[in-house]
Amino acid sequence: MNPILIAVAVLGIIGLVAALILFLASHKFAVYEDPRIAQVSAVLPQANCGGCGFPGCAGFAGACVKATDEKGSLEGLLCPVGGQPVMAQVADILGMKVEASAPKVAVVRCNGTCENRPRVAEYDGTRSCRVVQMTGMGETGCPFGCLGCGDCVAACQFGAIRMNPETGLPEVDDEKCTACGACAKACPRGIIEIRLKGPKSRRVVVLCNNKDKGAVANKVCKASCIGCGKCVKTCEKFEAITLENNLAYIDAAKCRMCLKCVEACPKGAIHAFNFPPRKPKEETAAPAAPQPAPVAPQPAPEAEGGK
Amino acid sequence: MRTFNIGGVHPAENKLSAGSPIRVAGLPKQAVFSMFQHIGAPAKPVVKKGDEVKVGTLLGEAGGFVSAPIYSSVSGKVAKVDVALDASGTRRTAVYVDVEGDVWEDTIDRTPTLVKLSDRPELDAKTIVEKIKQAGIVGLGGATFPCHVKLTPPPGQKAQCVIINAVECEPYLTADHRLMLEHPDEILVGVQLIMKAVDVKHGFVGIENNKPDAIALMKEKAAAYPGIVIVPLKVKYPQGGEKQLIDAVIGRQVPAPPAIPINVGAVVQNVGTAFAIYEAVMKNKPLVERVITVTGKSLQQPSNLLARLGTPFSQLIDECGGLPEDTGKVIGGGPMMGKALLSLEVPMTKGSSGLLVMRQLESRSSEEKPCLRCAKCVSACPMGLEPYLLSKLSEMNNWEAAEQNDIVSCIECGSCQFTCPSHRRLLDNVRVGKATVMGIIRSRAAKK
Repeated sequence: MNPILIAVAVLGIIGLVAALILFLASHKFAVYEDPRIAQVSAVLPQANCGGCGFPGCAGFAGACVKATDEKGSLEGLLCPVGGQPVMAQVADILGMKVEASAPKVAVVRCNGTCENRPRVAEYDGTRSCRVVQMTGMGETGCPFGCLGCGDCVAACQFGAIRMNPETGLPEVDDEKCTACGACAKACPRGIIEIRLKGPKSRRVVVLCNNKDKGAVANKVCKASCIGCGKCVKTCEKFEAITLENNLAYIDAAKCRMCLKCVEACPKGAIHAFNFPPRKPKEETAAPAAPQPAPVAPQPAPEAEGGK
Repeated sequence: MRTFNIGGVHPAENKLSAGSPIRVAGLPKQAVFSMFQHIGAPAKPVVKKGDEVKVGTLLGEAGGFVSAPIYSSVSGKVAKVDVALDASGTRRTAVYVDVEGDVWEDTIDRTPTLVKLSDRPELDAKTIVEKIKQAGIVGLGGATFPCHVKLTPPPGQKAQCVIINAVECEPYLTADHRLMLEHPDEILVGVQLIMKAVDVKHGFVGIENNKPDAIALMKEKAAAYPGIVIVPLKVKYPQGGEKQLIDAVIGRQVPAPPAIPINVGAVVQNVGTAFAIYEAVMKNKPLVERVITVTGKSLQQPSNLLARLGTPFSQLIDECGGLPEDTGKVIGGGPMMGKALLSLEVPMTKGSSGLLVMRQLESRSSEEKPCLRCAKCVSACPMGLEPYLLSKLSEMNNWEAAEQNDIVSCIECGSCQFTCPSHRRLLDNVRVGKATVMGIIRSRAAKK
């Protein structure tokens, strides 16, 4: 007999036997996976950013299915990247309803620009915020402010944060930011807050994180919150501003965007984002006001991006 | 001659101030006492604004078992209780005292006469440890671990020997060296006290052989103190590390944390601590002053100063000829493990063993280049770790792998970074990783 035929026959038989074993094994040891997990996973953004608090998109899909079966609702589960549209799709697949939640955005709560906050020391080690944090104060005298090494920039999966070389502070691109919170976790000083985006991206924020007493905070930075409480008084009606540890905080949910606090702040620590330019009468009233201009909404030139 | 087995480096010694006798530094105008001068719980201030204090008056009581009380080193009036920047670059609670005169508490014996152990037969182990605890003595080598904790072995553990760390392996520093030359008897009585406190018969004093005069003098004096042996050691950094010293002197290896030296039967104390223990037990003097080396290549007068705790560093530098014009940075501690200071107004604390003024040229770090995979850091690591790997794992936030690779064993000696031909900042990243992993371990233990 032709040795080639023998070889083909032998290999064929081995193949058939192996196929049979594999067939039996795959039935015997089959792991059941809810098909809905794959379906949910398919509509997720697949960025695996971990912004939802689960290990990647597949983990989030599993959690959604589990929540549906056990609790019967998708409460507390949100894909910050996909936002409302994606959550609606997920709810469709699982036959659930999803409640609307307002979009959020990352906000860097420090305005210690090179001008506002002079450098008192020179740091010469690894350019990483968490390393600087371990050495103590950092280059400026402010123990609460931005360290400026860009750990948040590195943490952002979506290219939404860039370092502004002029101010030395990170800037968030509202359009690209998905509020996944990776930057907030990466910041060793907890400066970045995931905050309600507000209508038309308009929001009023205290751009300071300094919890020192007024006199100390005032010394290290021109734009620091000194905890004087003037803003709290202007907001008595809405009670949106609270003062804790010598630091004012505006509750975005309660804020009515009246901008009175912005005017009241003697240090210009409260900023209004994306509001249309003020009326001419105010401009003439205080042309040389020390209050720094609100961050312009137009995107910065790409060429300067990166580290 | 003995030394430790794994790794180690040889930085230039630069012991500029080895020949200058200990000088007494002047009193500051205002002394600042941080309540955080030791490892463990911070002390709690017990004085308030306007209180009159003398040298030796209690300012802060210990905040727990692993903590130490803090005494005033000056006499005067408490100006305020506020926060002050300390040498680690953070702000902590501190007591400010405006200095007036120099009045000491009456209980403190200030005569220079030597009190021998045989003069005080009534002292037992418990009294000695209690006195050490009351005096606020911490490890004066720089780690500032409360001394009484080390002298209270955990139940079931028994010390077999006391090892005195007189290695002073940090370049530039000479405070311990001078102390041995000028107060050998006091130190040896201190060693006897430690031996009595932990009930052992053997005491070893490890001295690196770059201090031949100290070795000769200590050997001569030690003949009169039974049980105490002077052990000359080969020069190698970081021999002053507790685990390295145990390996060098008695040839035993301390296992990875959570094992501590007592697990291999050793109690290690610094030579400065032994002197402080002598003063605390025999002279009733709490820890209010210490010897600090103020040095630097362009400093006019590198010296060893006996300075009161709470003295601002700027004053110590003025005592040694003022800050030179070409100063690049000032380091609190030695060049290997010390930390660059943010401000010279930082007060001296219990852990301040040195103050190093570096010239501009010396103080710039070189440009970081890619890793060559030469593994010099691995051969230099005295703990047998792989610094290049730990640094990378830490950069990648891979804490599980970092823990498996024993990142918590790192003693932060900086040998890896010192030896790296690419000038990689290995220790910076490893330090972050170590702190994070230790946090994870602690929270895991708390959950259980």
